[in-house]
Amino acid sequence: MQPLTTHTLFYLGPVPITTVVVTTWSIMAVIVVVAWLGTRRMHAAAVRPGDRLPAVLELVVDTVGNQIREVVQREPGPYVPLVGTLFVFIVVSNLSAMVPGVSPPTAHLETDAALAGIVFLSVHVFGVAAHGAREYLAGFARPNFLLLPLNLLGEITRTFSLMVRLFGNIMSHEIVIGVVLTLAGLIVPLPLMALAIVIGIVQAYIFTILATVFIGAAVEASQKQRVTT
Amino acid sequence: MTIQELSIAGAVVAVSFGAIGPALAEGRALASAMEAIARQPEAGNTLSRTLFVGLAMIETMAIYCLVIALLLIYANPYAK
Repeated sequence: MQPLTTHTLFYLGPVPITTVVVTTWSIMAVIVVVAWLGTRRMHAAAVRPGDRLPAVLELVVDTVGNQIREVVQREPGPYVPLVGTLFVFIVVSNLSAMVPGVSPPTAHLETDAALAGIVFLSVHVFGVAAHGAREYLAGFARPNFLLLPLNLLGEITRTFSLMVRLFGNIMSHEIVIGVVLTLAGLIVPLPLMALAIVIGIVQAYIFTILATVFIGAAVEASQKQRVTT
Repeated sequence: MTIQELSIAGAVVAVSFGAIGPALAEGRALASAMEAIARQPEAGNTLSRTLFVGLAMIETMAIYCLVIALLLIYANPYAK
């Protein structure tokens, strides 16, 4: 077990394709296909009463929107695509550990770094869109110009901790299951794997809620207290 | 002791002692949240969301220790 290295599967020209990349793209394909199947008949006339998948997808979108509305305290419209996609992708990635032979992409630092980077960039994009660039950037120097370095540092550390939290939780649980498997045998890690399902969903929830909180803090009136966790 | 043995010992110390503080803190946070929910069950939704976010914050400290331990064992620049 080497949690900090990745295994190269094959080369596509000069680009090394690792197992993580293959898993990530397979998960993306699965999500896209399911979403396409669920939304191809969106007109009210075409929806039949027995269609379960569109109902499930609608439930997911509604729930994500309600959660965002509670945190951000405004209409969730512009945030649902990003936050919902993050949640769905992280849940499916974390639960892909249940498929034999698959190592979840979120158990590798690169995927989590990419996800945290997306959150970092989109927070500032939403902030600039809500306040305009001048006003948003001036928010970093509030309430006092002396706090500018601390605010900037907080931006970086909270993105870092977002990345490390997801990575550490998922990867450590994978290692725990591996250790118990080598020590105790075939059936013993099953309760731990059930726990891994819970942890995977909870961590995806925490990642998305934190992303929502950051976005909410960026689009809120910028003289309010900044969230720097 | 060689560098390898030292880094294994360091990793053990980092994880075991680094888990104490977050464990105590999470216990206290959970106990207060339970109390608050018992007193005001209708606020349970908001409380549990805040609790989850807070627990994630506290847990980060333990995760940092775990990452330090992993760096010591798998990516130690001083041990080949």
